[in-house]
Amino acid sequence: MSAPLLSVRGVRVAFGGVKAADGVDLDVNAGEFLAIIGPNGSGKTTFINLATGYVKPQAGTIRLEGRDITSARPRDVTKLGIARAFQIPQLFTEHTVLENLMLAVAANQGFWRWQSPLGSPAVREAAMDLLTTVGLADMVGASSNALNEGARKLTDIALALALKPRLLLLDEPTAGVSTDEKFPLMDRLAAVLRERGVTAVFVEHDMDLVRRYADRVVVWNQGRVVADGAPDAVLTDPAVLRDVVGVL
Amino acid sequence: MLHFIIILALAAAFAAIPAFFPWLAFVFTLVLAKGFAALGVAILLRAGLISIGHALFYAVGAYTVGFLSSRAGVNLLIPQLVAAAVVSGLFGLVIGLFMVRYRGIFFAMLNLAVSMVGYTLLSKLYTLTGGTDGLSIATPRVLGMTVGREAFEAILLYGGLGLAFVVGIVVHRYLKSPMGEALPAVESNEIRLEYLGIAVPRVLLFAYVGSAVLAGIGGAIHALIVGHITPDLAYWTTSGQLVLVAVLGGIGGVAGPFIGATFLESVRAAAVIYAPDAWNIIIGAGLLVVIFFLPRGLHGLIERITRKGERP
Amino acid sequence: MDFLLPMLVDGLAASALIFFIAVGLTLVFSVLRVLNVAHGSFYAVGAYVAVTIGGVVMSAGAPQWLSFPILFLSAALTAALLGPVIERTFIRFTYGKPEAVQILVTFALFLIFEDLQKLVFGVQAYYQDAAVNVLGISDIGGIIYLNYQLLLIALAAAVVVALRVMLHHTRLGKMIVAVVADPEVSATLGIDTRRVYMAAFTIGVFLAALGGALASPNSGVAPGLGAEAIVLGFAVAAIGGLGQIEGAALAAVIVGIARVLAIYYVPQLEPVAPYLVMLAVLLVRPYGLFGAATQRKI
Repeated sequence: MSAPLLSVRGVRVAFGGVKAADGVDLDVNAGEFLAIIGPNGSGKTTFINLATGYVKPQAGTIRLEGRDITSARPRDVTKLGIARAFQIPQLFTEHTVLENLMLAVAANQGFWRWQSPLGSPAVREAAMDLLTTVGLADMVGASSNALNEGARKLTDIALALALKPRLLLLDEPTAGVSTDEKFPLMDRLAAVLRERGVTAVFVEHDMDLVRRYADRVVVWNQGRVVADGAPDAVLTDPAVLRDVVGVL
Repeated sequence: MLHFIIILALAAAFAAIPAFFPWLAFVFTLVLAKGFAALGVAILLRAGLISIGHALFYAVGAYTVGFLSSRAGVNLLIPQLVAAAVVSGLFGLVIGLFMVRYRGIFFAMLNLAVSMVGYTLLSKLYTLTGGTDGLSIATPRVLGMTVGREAFEAILLYGGLGLAFVVGIVVHRYLKSPMGEALPAVESNEIRLEYLGIAVPRVLLFAYVGSAVLAGIGGAIHALIVGHITPDLAYWTTSGQLVLVAVLGGIGGVAGPFIGATFLESVRAAAVIYAPDAWNIIIGAGLLVVIFFLPRGLHGLIERITRKGERP
Repeated sequence: MDFLLPMLVDGLAASALIFFIAVGLTLVFSVLRVLNVAHGSFYAVGAYVAVTIGGVVMSAGAPQWLSFPILFLSAALTAALLGPVIERTFIRFTYGKPEAVQILVTFALFLIFEDLQKLVFGVQAYYQDAAVNVLGISDIGGIIYLNYQLLLIALAAAVVVALRVMLHHTRLGKMIVAVVADPEVSATLGIDTRRVYMAAFTIGVFLAALGGALASPNSGVAPGLGAEAIVLGFAVAAIGGLGQIEGAALAAVIVGIARVLAIYYVPQLEPVAPYLVMLAVLLVRPYGLFGAATQRKI
């Protein structure tokens, strides 16, 4: 078996006595779709914050393809190919949806050229493609401030996709997206990710989505990984059903 | 398009009026000086950063000219302007490296603190700056030619207007570039910018240095037209005027600060006669009026008019 | 080393005055979440009111000792006249508004105060040093100290203690602490947050005005006092950590010592010593000695 893409070893972090990660060991393998499930407040989002350098662990190491990124900042981690989408969408509320995407595309395409316009044809086209991918092509001119929650989520995911990441971390990607839209969105997203060979980690509460899209499931409870394996095995484990799935 | 035509018309009026009222030439040159500096303040305002100490860079530009003229004997217009821009840019770089770590009230207060230190130094370092007596600036030679005072003032006014146009276009293009568009994004969501892999401190440092250069150019023009400079140029009340001009002009476009400066210097010309001791009250009250009633400034008014014109 | 101790007293006495500004600034910030750029103006107004009243009373032939309570009276008068009015009108407008609006509004107030002082009190400098003279000097171990300076240091220490007692053992203080912790919950518990804001702001005005009044016998009053006051007060508040009362006290002591060291080793640096300390502290700890970074939840 090849070396894992992301490797987390002995990571601990606590916020005022609450242990969000309590000696976590976890590998993310290249090409897989890994779902992280667990009760609210168990530290799932903290895992994403740790992996992207937003939160620094008090102990342990985090490696990306063997390279130590434990003390890297979010922008360093991003440049190494990890992108994230947020549980609460993080948009540029003073800009339109298209401008949001163009900023993301331009971030690694001539960002420092200070006399060229943001909306060059190539950047504009790439931004439009991304919006089409997430199904927001008819929202380009809207202010990102005026969108409904579902559209904000989709814009947020598109911003992460614009970075062409190798590893995409999605924090509850379908929260706020309407029930009819969930599966079509995830179908499109999964297809794009598979096509580009992107590895994905998604924190999710919806077990139907986990069953359908995850190659592997990790169960997180009270800052620890309490189960790890194929969806069929983990989601039928009586202990997991009792402690985790039952309380979701 | 309508927008651009309005700005062209304003510029034409700006150029024409002093031809009919020569005594206004001096006021209008000061308008350009303040406009350049306020444009610098306005760039930072786009990122939600309020510098209440930018008069420091205005003074650095002015004192660079003053030093060259009275201490180094360099009485050449173009080298003086270039030196003012470069020196204030260097000051901006050094101070900016520290400032870009801060936002909001810390950014505002630290800029104020640094400017007050600068003011103190300008007042105390007598041998270098002439202390509170200040420095006098002789009329420099222009492109190798010796010119009379009247001709020089005309050159400064119309040359300054031309420079304002060129600089305005450069700044406009910058604000529309990815780095310029990232400025409001710093205010609305800095975390997302970080997660796009963008080094926010670099974005802000570029803006800060640029704003210092603009303030330095303004200060240099001020020194040249007035012919005498004192540490008051760096005092916080001068910073207050720059902030008001930037806010008054609206932060929407590059013409805003120049419109704001025209308005304010006109008021000042009247205030000197009718209320000489209440100038800061006027500035402060003006700020309050803009914040309470005109959140997007005077430039916002033009935008509103043109919007109505374009979308009936 | 004989001259170091008097220098230290001198430095700490100067710091005590800055502390009065800083502690009010920090208190108002922690309750109202507004950093008042015009706070230094209250220091200046307090000084002007003190020399004006002092001058009138003294020239009427009142006993010298009266000059001392007049300082406190002046500060109280300044606070009573300005505190509630300014809070009710301009400051209240900025609650919950973007920080940029808060900065611009209080900065505008600062500009307005600058000229108001000149219009009301003129541009000449005033001196009224009866309070220093009446307290006399002490001879401790052969060294002469101004009793007034020793008193300033003691008063600053007393303010720290008094604020502690007030915040933790009085009704108003407990309400203030509750509002600092959570304004919304406090409101639902029946605390009149509007009154708490007004009270806290007025206490801040009083402390700043007291600083100014206490400064006036020693150094007189002249235009430009407010700008110096807010900048130094902010430096001390920022070094201590914004919102930290004990932090401001410690920062004031550090700044006092730094000034003495500057006078001793590099006299030219004395006026900028507080800023150098601020620069050094903020480079290492961006949120001050006692302050903590707050990370946005994402």
